[in-house]
Order: sequence, then C-alpha cells, then structure tokens
Amino acid sequence: MTETQAPQGETRRPPLWLRSTLLRHGFWAVLGLAGFWLLSIALDPFANLQLAQIAYTAIAVAGLTVLSGLSGQISLGHGAFVAVGAYTSALLLENAGWSLAPVLIVATAGTAVVGALVGVAAARLRGPYLAGATLALAVGLPSLADYHGLRDLLGGANGLIVSPPVPPLSLGESFPLERWQSWICGICLVVVLFLLANLSRSRLGRDMRLVREDEDAAALSGVPVARTQILAFCVSAGCAGLAGGLFAIVNNLAAPGAFTLALSLSLLTAAVLGGLGSLAGAVYGAVIVTLLPTWSTDLAQQANLPRAVYANIPLVLYGLVLILVILAFPGGIQSGVRRIGRLLRRNRKI
Amino acid sequence: MVLSRHPRAAVALTAALALTLTACGGGGSGGGSTPGVTDTEVLIGSTLPLTGNAAPGYSEQGPAAKAMFDYINANGGINGRKITLKYVDDGYNPANTVTLTKQLVLEDKVFAVVGALGTPTHTKVVDFLNSSRVPDLFVASGCTCWDQPGKNPYTYGWQPDYTVEGKILGDYVAKNFAGKKVAYFYQDDDFGADGMKGLDKFIDQSLVVSRQPYQPGNTDVAAQVSAIARSGAEVVVLEAIPAYTALFKLTALKLGYTPQLVASSVGADPVTVSGLLENFAKQSGASVKGTDLIEGLVSSAYLPAGSDTDNSWIQLFKKVHDTYIPNVPFDGNVVYAMSYAYTFAQVLQAAGKNLTRQGLLDALNKGGFTGPGLVPFRYGPDSHAGYTGGQISTIRGGQQVFSGTPLTTDDGDGPVTPYTTPQPAAPANGVPAA
Repeated sequence: MTETQAPQGETRRPPLWLRSTLLRHGFWAVLGLAGFWLLSIALDPFANLQLAQIAYTAIAVAGLTVLSGLSGQISLGHGAFVAVGAYTSALLLENAGWSLAPVLIVATAGTAVVGALVGVAAARLRGPYLAGATLALAVGLPSLADYHGLRDLLGGANGLIVSPPVPPLSLGESFPLERWQSWICGICLVVVLFLLANLSRSRLGRDMRLVREDEDAAALSGVPVARTQILAFCVSAGCAGLAGGLFAIVNNLAAPGAFTLALSLSLLTAAVLGGLGSLAGAVYGAVIVTLLPTWSTDLAQQANLPRAVYANIPLVLYGLVLILVILAFPGGIQSGVRRIGRLLRRNRKI
Repeated sequence: MVLSRHPRAAVALTAALALTLTACGGGGSGGGSTPGVTDTEVLIGSTLPLTGNAAPGYSEQGPAAKAMFDYINANGGINGRKITLKYVDDGYNPANTVTLTKQLVLEDKVFAVVGALGTPTHTKVVDFLNSSRVPDLFVASGCTCWDQPGKNPYTYGWQPDYTVEGKILGDYVAKNFAGKKVAYFYQDDDFGADGMKGLDKFIDQSLVVSRQPYQPGNTDVAAQVSAIARSGAEVVVLEAIPAYTALFKLTALKLGYTPQLVASSVGADPVTVSGLLENFAKQSGASVKGTDLIEGLVSSAYLPAGSDTDNSWIQLFKKVHDTYIPNVPFDGNVVYAMSYAYTFAQVLQAAGKNLTRQGLLDALNKGGFTGPGLVPFRYGPDSHAGYTGGQISTIRGGQQVFSGTPLTTDDGDGPVTPYTTPQPAAPANGVPAA
C-alpha cells in the first residue's frame, strides 16, 4: 500500500477507507454479511445446514490459524475446546433457559478462560511437547462426560440434546429452521473474522508475529513472550468455544461421540489446507473439510462400489486433496489465490 | 461520511441480486404427493456405522436389509413398488447422524427412516424426524426411549427393549439359579441401566454381590472382572456388547474364574462373539476355539437362530444372503436386519396401494404383524414398543439351543408370561401376504 506502487508513476494516495484498517475491514465485513445472506436465501434447507456447519467450522479454524500462523504455537486439541463451548451452551440453553446471545457470549468467554489455563502450560512447552499435551486434551476432555459424578449433569455417553433456536415468527411461518441457524452462524463468523483481522493488524498481532519468528529476539525487543503466547491461546480457544456453541445449536447436541480426535485433526487440516495464518484460508479450509466427506460419499455411492471400498473412499479423498494442495500450494490455498492475483495484476500492467 | 458509500452500494447490489435469485428459486414446491413415493418406487433411508469402533457386526445391517429388499423387489415388490434403501455411514458419531439424517430427509426426500442404528446417535434426530413428520421406524436399539407415542408419534422401536429383556433374564436366573450369588457386568450407559432395571425386578437384591460397569472404548476390564471374581459370584449377567462379552470371558479365563454367564441378546450372538474371542486371543498371541469358550452361555432370543436350518425364515434369509451378499458372514446381524426389512415390507403391504406417511402409521398402529419373530410386537396407538419378549437359549456346540416357550412381558411391573402361538411359515418369495 505504499505510494511508490502507484501505477502511472505519479504519487496517488489510496482513498481514506483503504488507509484505515478498521474501515477497510468493516467494508469487507459488510460485504461478507451481504454475500452470506445472499447465499443462504439462494440455497435449499440442507445446503443451509451445510453453510451453517461451514461457518462454525471456519470460526474454529480461524482461531486455530491465529494461534499457529501468527503466534507459532500448535494445538492438536482444539476439538476439546469446541466440546467445552458445546456443553456450556447446551447446559445454559436447556437447564438454565438462557437466551441465545448471552449463551454464545458465555460459551466464548468460558472457553477462552479454559484456553488461557491451557495456554499457561503451553507457554512453557515447545513443538512436539506442546503437540503431545494438546493431543492429550483432545482425547481426555470429552471422556469427562463419562465421569460418574458428572453423569447426571452431562448425560454420560449419550450426551445432551439441545432444542434448536426457532426462527422468529416475523420471518414467516414456513421460514426454514436451517436458514435461521445458518444466519446465526454467518453473523458470528463475520464478527469473528472482523475482530481477528483487526487483532492481527494490532500491536498484539505484531507481537505474536515477533514471538513466532524468534522468541529470544522478541524478548530482547521488549515483547512479553509468555503473555503473548497465553493470549493467543486464549483468543483461539474462545473462537473454538463459540464454534462449539454454534455446533450445539446446529446439530442439536453435545455428546462425547461428536468431539473425537478426528474433529481436532480436521480443524488443523482445514487450517493447513487454507493456508496457516490466513483468515480467508480458514474459510476455504472449512469449506473443504465440511463438504468433501459428503461429496465423496455421494460419489462413492453412485459408483456402486463394494461397501468395504466405499466406506473408506472419503478418507482416501481427504488424503489425496491434502497431498495435492500441499504439492501445488505449499502455503495453502490462500497462497495460491494470492499468486494468481499477482499474476493477473502483472499481466494487466503489460 | 463519503466513505460508507461503497459498502452501501455493495449491499444494494447484493440485495437486488438476492431478490432475483429468490424469485427464480421459489417455484418448485408445488404438488401434494408423498415424499419418496412414486408409482414404482419407495425410497427409504438409514444411518448406521460402516466405519469406526461400532462398525464390526453392525456394518452388516445395511447391506443385509438392502439384500432383503432387493429380493422382495425381484419378486415383484410391494403393491407394484420397489423398495430402495439408501444407507449412509455415520461412524457412530451423533453429529454425523444429524447431518446425514437431514440430508436423507431434506435432500433425498426419503419416505421414511428405517432401521437407524444406535442410542447416542439416533436420540439426537428423533425431534427432527417427528417435527418433520417423517416415519422413523424400527430403530435398531433397545432403548426404552423409542416408546413415547405421545411425544414422538412418528418413532417406533423394533427389538425388545433392554428392560423387557432384563426381566426375562432375571426371571430365568431367579428360577434356575436360585440362591446363587449374582454379579452384573454392564455397559455404563442407558443400555446397562435399563437392563439392570429389568433384572432387579426378579433377582433377589441380597444375592446381587457386585455391579461392575465398563466404558465402551476402554478395552482393559481386568479391574472389573477381578472385583466380580473376588465377590464370589456364581452367576454373572452381562449387559454388554459382543466385544465386551468376549473381553469379560478372556479376562475371567486368565484369572481362572468360570462363572455361569447370562447375556443380553445384544452381546450373545454366537458367530460374532466366538469370532471376537478368536481375534482378541490372536492379538495377545494365544490360540483359542471361540465356540468352546461360549459353551453354556444363556441368553434371551427373539429371532430364530441363524444355525436353525429347519426354520423357514432362516431358509429364506440364507437364500437371500447367498444370492446378494455371499461375502458377508451369515450371523445374528444379518438375520436381524433381514427381519426388520421384512417387517417394513409387511407394514408397507398393509398400508395399501395409496401410500401416505399417515397411512403407514395407521397400518402400523392396527398391529397384528407376525413374521420372523418368536414373540409378537406391541404396536398400537398407545404403544410404539417392538418385540415384547424372547425365548431362553443356551449355546451348545457353538449354536443357540432354545428351551421352554417364548416369553412376553412389558417394561413395567407386568408378569412374564408364556407365548404359545406358533411362528408362521416364511413366504418363499419374501413378499408378505396381502
């Protein structure tokens, strides 16, 4: 965005809305909301359900991408934070009878606190040790539901059933529930992306990048390394918690069987596929990990393959896409998009 | 405020576009026909684990039910319609079950969901199916929760619920092992709890010396088994899935503990359990003959044994099996799925030529369905419970050997009573008589 890049050789200042980070992000947020709304009314109820799933997955992946891409920490246990958010929301909605907005805020804040606690430990761990610790979290936390003393509260292996939020009557009697769910998730996604985009441009974001590049250098230049890492964990767990709250109202449940290690790993896969550290990449990644299993199952079923083969097709395709994307765009899909964008711009100049 | 002009323009543009899109998309909802039903086809759906921890055994149910429908279709179908079953893999993950069930209903527009498997999975979609008014028939789980006609008018169970089974086993233990010390080894969820509720109605509480739960997924049950062995129980009742019947037996063997075993039908299929025993033993470097280890295991069965080749139903199912799915082992899961497929065909037959969802439920509520089962169903306007009991069977030489008459009871305080109406013969072409 510097003035030397101006095309005709003369200095031209970009308009104010491009110079102000807040306004620029605000513009994209409004555009995103409009686009989401457009998409949701054009799609049928089932596609809206998938849209909602993409949105909450993208929220969790965006948080993870800030953690890994910006502050350089890894988490294999984000599924556990999603579980915390989901159970918190389920309990507050069903037992305490709260309304949706405060429930989602408390789920976010509560999970952020849990994330901060984990972050304190994480700030002392590096690389494989941190991966191992967060992996243990992903495996261990969901089985808390089976703990005898908590059985009555958390519903044991069967988990909790959550009644979906009903669309307001003002939208008409036949307004599909799935569209309402996708709206809730879409608004949350846009708000989260807006906040994270601002965070990444803020001083904290800059500190995170410094910590990622070189902890010693960062410490020498006065960046509080541990505090930055803990804050990154806190923010990213908060996102996962919000995603969990939305997960609960979209899928109408909070049950241990839903928060497997596979969930944690698919969030990380989405972050890597989209491009670590990129918020747009988080959205691409979420689209792929949400839609790919459905598409590949449909494909396998249409091809009339034997059961033993077709049950494993989704996994094979998953792996294949991951390999292809990493080979073609080592920096994730977003890096590919950027490269294509650069190519187009260069061509236009000639 | 010059700056906000861009977003506003964008919003205006998208709004205009959106209006155009909705105008285009709004036309397709006409017609009053029943979803999933044409003059030549009925489309139904099901969710079950084809992959993951719960897949062994259960994954056979989709192909087996489909094979039964294929056979019926090849013999003319029901009321001129062919039955198409679309079964999808939820991996026993309830979140997948929700998505896939919504896909079946909203996108594939199935007429009904039939034989969906699993308590933790299916409980999460019952509200959706009932508010969408989609018949949710023959849930493959013995949870007592399916029998709620007032709250869930579209959901029907099929197998006897775990409490009914517990009562029949409890009655047997009280009569045949009178005065002996009893222990329970149970799955730590509704399955175990409902089963014990039935057992406790008949077994003298002063004789129950130990109750040990297990968590599915945790394969080390040494602590529980040795606690039961220490309690000196002579009879152990297993409210467990097949893998844990096998794990209990192998762990008890290591301790030199050989009590009389009584098991819920869920975990007592001889083919499945003996196969698992051999597998587990092989993993720990030992070689055993699975059928020897389950000799004398007592259970309650509500379907004919797969080894009973004189039974006309088993003959029919074996024929279907050999024609369509010869590579799948012919075990209790196959018999189970073919049986509920047959029951569905029977209800479809009774619902008549002019098929609607309400017509299907009306036919079901009229009741009177018989078939592969040894006991009657309890379907009616006030009950959505499936089979009402079972017959005591003991494993001899790797096969279920039945004793006495079939027994029926309810999941309340009702008595256990014999049921003496003989089983009807199976139609050779698999198509239920009109």
